[in-house]
Amino acid sequence: MRSSQWFGLAVACLTLSLPVAAIAADAIKLGVPGAHTGDLAGYGVPELNAAKLVVDKINAAGGINGKMVEIIAQDDQCKPDLATNAATKLIAENVEIVMGHTCSGATKAALPMYEDKKIVSISPSATSPELTQKGQFPHFFRTTPSDDAQARLGADFALKALKAKKIAILHDKGDYGKGYAEFVKQFIEEEGSAKVVFFEGITPGAVDYSSAVQKIGRSGADVLIFGGYYPEASKLITNIRARKMKIDFVSEDGVKTEAFLKLTGKEGEGVYASSSRDYSDLPLTKEAYEAHRKMFGSEPGQFFELAYAATQALLNAVAKAGTTEAEAVMKALRTEYVDTPLGSIRFDEKGDCEGAGFAMFKVEGGKFVDQKFGVE
Amino acid sequence: MNIFEAITSYVVEIDWRYFIELVFSGLTKGSIYALISLGYTMVYGIIELINFAHGEIYMIGAFTGLIVAGALGALGFPSLGILVIAALVAVIYCAAYGYTMEKIAYRPLRGAQRLSPLISAIGMSIFLGNYVLNAQTQDFVRFPDLLPPMPFLDPVSDILRPSSFLIIVCSATVMIALTLFIKRTRLGKAMRATAQNRKMAMLLGIDADRIISATFIIGSGLAAIGGILIASHTLQINFNIGFLAGIKAFTAAVLGGIGSIPGAMLGGLVLGCCESFAAGYFVSDYEDMVAFAILILILIFRPSGLLGKAKVQKV
Repeated sequence: MRSSQWFGLAVACLTLSLPVAAIAADAIKLGVPGAHTGDLAGYGVPELNAAKLVVDKINAAGGINGKMVEIIAQDDQCKPDLATNAATKLIAENVEIVMGHTCSGATKAALPMYEDKKIVSISPSATSPELTQKGQFPHFFRTTPSDDAQARLGADFALKALKAKKIAILHDKGDYGKGYAEFVKQFIEEEGSAKVVFFEGITPGAVDYSSAVQKIGRSGADVLIFGGYYPEASKLITNIRARKMKIDFVSEDGVKTEAFLKLTGKEGEGVYASSSRDYSDLPLTKEAYEAHRKMFGSEPGQFFELAYAATQALLNAVAKAGTTEAEAVMKALRTEYVDTPLGSIRFDEKGDCEGAGFAMFKVEGGKFVDQKFGVE
Repeated sequence: MNIFEAITSYVVEIDWRYFIELVFSGLTKGSIYALISLGYTMVYGIIELINFAHGEIYMIGAFTGLIVAGALGALGFPSLGILVIAALVAVIYCAAYGYTMEKIAYRPLRGAQRLSPLISAIGMSIFLGNYVLNAQTQDFVRFPDLLPPMPFLDPVSDILRPSSFLIIVCSATVMIALTLFIKRTRLGKAMRATAQNRKMAMLLGIDADRIISATFIIGSGLAAIGGILIASHTLQINFNIGFLAGIKAFTAAVLGGIGSIPGAMLGGLVLGCCESFAAGYFVSDYEDMVAFAILILILIFRPSGLLGKAKVQKV
């Protein structure tokens, strides 16, 4: 008797689940894998929230070409092994498009599986340059700038806006500063229009950097690009100004801080430093923040705007293409501009985002002023 | 003949202007190292203690200078006056710190085994660093530019900055004064006697406690001068500047022969110039490596340092 009871229960379950499955078959399945638990949930959860907000908004407006969008979330904790599990489960659930993963390592592990199934994926936060630049994952896109994007901006700015012929590159021997400096060097050498005449590192916290500054002066460089943080940058710039050297100083977001302005005062005037664009004034960004507060009762976290834009871009491409078939969606992602909390964006051949990213600022009158470099 | 020509052409090819530039930046750094290392070496000479908190005294000197300069600046003093008064206050304040530090952290441990005062010194260093961190700020703060313009330096402004000039001149003056003080005065003589043989000095009526206090006071005052000078050179300070400077100064003291006052001065200048040449002619990435490689080489051939006296072990 017992077994027949179980059988009855199973039949009941099946019949109950049937209508749900029937609706789901008609929906567009959006996979959202990422770090939803674990140490890095602070990155992954805001991304999932952003996806929910965008999907709710689209479904409330009637869906895409009559179809509802359904989110299928999978947790990968930013771990590559869990990421392949997550990808397997998503593929088993017949997911058609993917917004994720959170971390570069997890993304790299999962991408070959999406490539196999020709599923288009778009990450809001995987920054590793190789993901797009090696060209091995043609179905992959991202809204976050790649790690080397800031270095590319620095190099381009020195070459095109400052018309540098001889460039000195200095770093603080740290992961961040040295990584930036090495990318800058690579890009300048690839471009070929200027020479890197100096490439060295200094020790943070040392008593004085006079000898390094003297050597830079002797190298005849017209631009100094520095990878590192503001305390060293302000010591260097004070030294450079005291020697009345005619050299432009270009750096990154480790330097673009209020503290740098306070430390350097007058001497800081004319320094160039890049950092990510400020999106908080855009109406769409404000609207997305407001929706987040309403639905989740809290301020949105890191990568929220990037994930919001990624989901929007992906679903917009599906709507424009009229299908989730990879070639058509990819073409739409590359050609159709979409208005997002990052401004109006589309994607380049390699899958990196166009229209969002970093901006170059100059210290003028004790403030960082956007130089609008590279903005048409 | 050929060799001679090769050498002359090489000597002519050396960019002397650049060489002198590097010498000046080496002397700038070296003077600061020397001022701090004097405190290490004097204390070691008398009680054989490495006072690890000495770098923090240098940092406190810079902070005191900043606070005094801020207050006087608000009152509208001329900038050179501010610098002199700030330096005086910093010297007095740091001397008081040195005196107190010896009294509470080292004197009670005078008879203990040698590791105990060493640990006490490390504790003092951590305490003072964290005290400034909490009482002031963990951020870098800007030090006002108080140097008067020095028009006579304009022809060589690309070689020698006014602040470097000030550092070199001030340190040289202070070091000459210290040498005369140790050589000529009664207190200096008593200090030398205590350093040579404390027990004998005490038997001859020298108050060793007073001499030790005087040593800490003088050493701390010198460190304070170093702190003020470097702050008006780099124009920024934070609670952690004493750490690396302290290590370098300690190295300079060992290089010159720990316990020897002229040795500390020479060691500081040699270390500063080595670093400057390493950065200028080699790569600044390896500045510290080259400097320390030279230190090791010198210590291999002269284990007691450049001017240190080899100690006779009494068996």
